[in-house]
Amino acid sequence: MHSRQESGGAELAFLSRLAQVSSRRTFLKWSGITLGVAAVGCKTDVAGPGDSVSLGTGDTAVLNYAYVLEQLEAAFYIQVARTPYTGITTPELQILTDIRDHEVIHRDFLETALGADAVSKLEFDFTNIDFTSRSEVLNAAKGFEDLGVSAYNGAGPLLTDANLLAALGSIVSVEARHAAVLRDILAPKNAAAGFAGDDVVDVNGLDRSALPSQVLASATDLTHATITSSLP
Amino acid sequence: MKNQTFLDTIEDPEIAERIVSRRDIFRRGGSMGAAMAAASVPVALALMAKEAFAQGGLPQSVIDTLNFALKLEYLEGDFYTRGLAASGLIPTADRLVFTQINKHETAHIALLKSVLGTAAIAKPAIDLTARGAFGDVLSNYSTFKAVSQALEDTGVRAYKGAAPALLVSPSTLGTALRIHSVEARHAAEVRRLRGQKSWITKNFTDVNAIAPVYAGENATLHAGVTTDATNQGTEAFDEPLTAAQVLAIVTPFFP
Repeated sequence: MHSRQESGGAELAFLSRLAQVSSRRTFLKWSGITLGVAAVGCKTDVAGPGDSVSLGTGDTAVLNYAYVLEQLEAAFYIQVARTPYTGITTPELQILTDIRDHEVIHRDFLETALGADAVSKLEFDFTNIDFTSRSEVLNAAKGFEDLGVSAYNGAGPLLTDANLLAALGSIVSVEARHAAVLRDILAPKNAAAGFAGDDVVDVNGLDRSALPSQVLASATDLTHATITSSLP
Repeated sequence: MKNQTFLDTIEDPEIAERIVSRRDIFRRGGSMGAAMAAASVPVALALMAKEAFAQGGLPQSVIDTLNFALKLEYLEGDFYTRGLAASGLIPTADRLVFTQINKHETAHIALLKSVLGTAAIAKPAIDLTARGAFGDVLSNYSTFKAVSQALEDTGVRAYKGAAPALLVSPSTLGTALRIHSVEARHAAEVRRLRGQKSWITKNFTDVNAIAPVYAGENATLHAGVTTDATNQGTEAFDEPLTAAQVLAIVTPFFP
């Protein structure tokens, strides 16, 4: 009964690996603590190197956290669809284009829901991904989706508003569907690493879950800006 | 353990003991080095017990919600166990998929029973044909897969619909969400096996008999925001079902 699986561990390791190269030229890095003054707002600007973005507090912070993740995913898939990898099949392109559309819709939904409280648009650094490589793109996509699932699973109980919980719940299962398909493409009908593989669903039949602080600490090297949050 | 992260540390019951309620800590605006969200089940259970101790037991609404989930899991578990046992039903190439799904449903049953303790409902009588609607469910693989898709997509919507009722018990909610996304992974895979998109376009289904499973999946209002009515716009959101809607869908399976 007592499982020693690292919930969220694989996704976080994935992000760290992606960020290895880019972190060398990142101007500011997440320090694990909330940094002083945060430049929020000014949504006409894109937050880049040297900028600091605060997620806010309470449910707004949870929504902004989701908004950051969806910005990240949308930016990734926009690039994937713009420069399809070598040897991409028609079904694969259809799936990745659908996912791109879903992530863009999630991103825009959260921006609208947040209104004036939305954080800036962020820049992302994907220089560590070879977008011409099928393996790299699909594995990165899988990593982003599994990460998204664990992030939403961890964020849900932090919310107080039932309507927002319902809305984020409506998004997370779509992320899980994405993850399952990408996993099935990479490891078809496979128990160890497939759609709901033993590497992501534990012996109790539970998916992964990670807290915002853990995800942001790993993801921030993909963002040029520093993201600060009081979320656990 | 090579890849151990600090997430693992929260499996320590003493740390779990100190966490108790993330939401309380969150409301105080404090930061935590570790939290229950990533906790393994023993910790989740310890926290539930803590809540139960503090409140004189889980609220009846939570017990009812978890028992409803258990009833659905009993149905799913029975469906896959008997499907896998039916000679010649599932092709060898696909057995691994349904074996994996069944493993999870069986685990969900055990988990919910352990959480509910003596309050857990017993396994009810189950009619996998749903009063004859799916008469060949255990002999016709197409029917079996269609019912599987219906049960998984219903499960996703049911857990989602139940989530707001679990806000009073954040640790229980965290566990339910972790089941919810596993059901979504199952649904995606079964849909893919059937040659369907893994996401739900509008309220479309290729099998009329399971149409109620998709009622309202084409909604375009989420948290007060009007969202895209296109195919992709409706695929991007999986809408919840109310308990009453779920009950109407699954009642034929319970004679």
